[in-house]
Amino acid sequence: MKARVYVTYKPGVLDPQGQTVCQFLQNHGQAKVRDVRIGKLIEFDLEDMPRAEAESLLTEVSSSLLANPVIETFRVEMP
Amino acid sequence: MTFAVITFPGSNCDRDCHHALGAVLGYPVRAVFHKEHALGACDAVVIPGGFSYGDYLRAGALAKLSPIMPEVRRFAEAGGLVIGICNGFQILCEAGLLPGALIRNRSLRFVSREVMLRVENAHTAFTSQYEPAQVITVPIAHGEGCYVADDRTIEELEAEERVVFRYAGPRREDVPDGNPNGSRHAIAGIINARGNVLGLMPHPERVCDPLVGRTDGASVFRSMAAAVAGLRRADPPAVFVV
Repeated sequence: MKARVYVTYKPGVLDPQGQTVCQFLQNHGQAKVRDVRIGKLIEFDLEDMPRAEAESLLTEVSSSLLANPVIETFRVEMP
Repeated sequence: MTFAVITFPGSNCDRDCHHALGAVLGYPVRAVFHKEHALGACDAVVIPGGFSYGDYLRAGALAKLSPIMPEVRRFAEAGGLVIGICNGFQILCEAGLLPGALIRNRSLRFVSREVMLRVENAHTAFTSQYEPAQVITVPIAHGEGCYVADDRTIEELEAEERVVFRYAGPRREDVPDGNPNGSRHAIAGIINARGNVLGLMPHPERVCDPLVGRTDGASVFRSMAAAVAGLRRADPPAVFVV
């Protein structure tokens, strides 16, 4: 089964990469772009298992490794 | 005074540490590979700079799960001196042995140059051989050295004088100009509440050998040796522990 984990900076944490991309877009005619934040998308291929089990597995690896709770949050997504 | 220097896959300053501590400063040095489960007999642990696990995921994120790390944690919890330099600082933050995190430099560039640092607290186990407010010149080489933490943590670090090194210019008021990576409060190095774990982005081990023109970093390791000697003489209280 497939699953995705999104890791993003918490609000307020400086994202210089996002700022640079945002400024670039604004300077290149995309005046309607207000802000850009860049995060990570991590795709999983898991053995088939009950949805709740997969969710708890992904929450476990996300909170212990994929995201640093000091600066990041994560979201688990299963189709 | 024996130092243990840990090598992770991708560490590249471990040899510099061996050279500075052993050949230059004359301390016995143990090499410990990250897959080992014991530090062996040592008085202090050095987590060197480099790009452990290629900096994949986040700098230091994978190294914190190496087999040796529970040993480092036990060593630190028992009061042993641990210093994390550059990637070592990132690893200590990831492992939760120090607060906060190190994110991409504000400039988005890898910065490799000499910086001036002010010794903000000369009463620690890592800085006793410096003068208070002494300004030293030490190289940095990092892409993820911007220190961040929430307001409360920053206030706590400042109030408890746990900001040990701060980026500085030649004059006290030059701090903002001296900040090479956007770190909050121009923080270059911090210690834990107990005072036995230091993390810093600059590389003191690279300025120990007179051959390279500067020896500003040697006092970090001499301070550690003095602290260990002090601990042996008077146990407890530990005079150098904050």
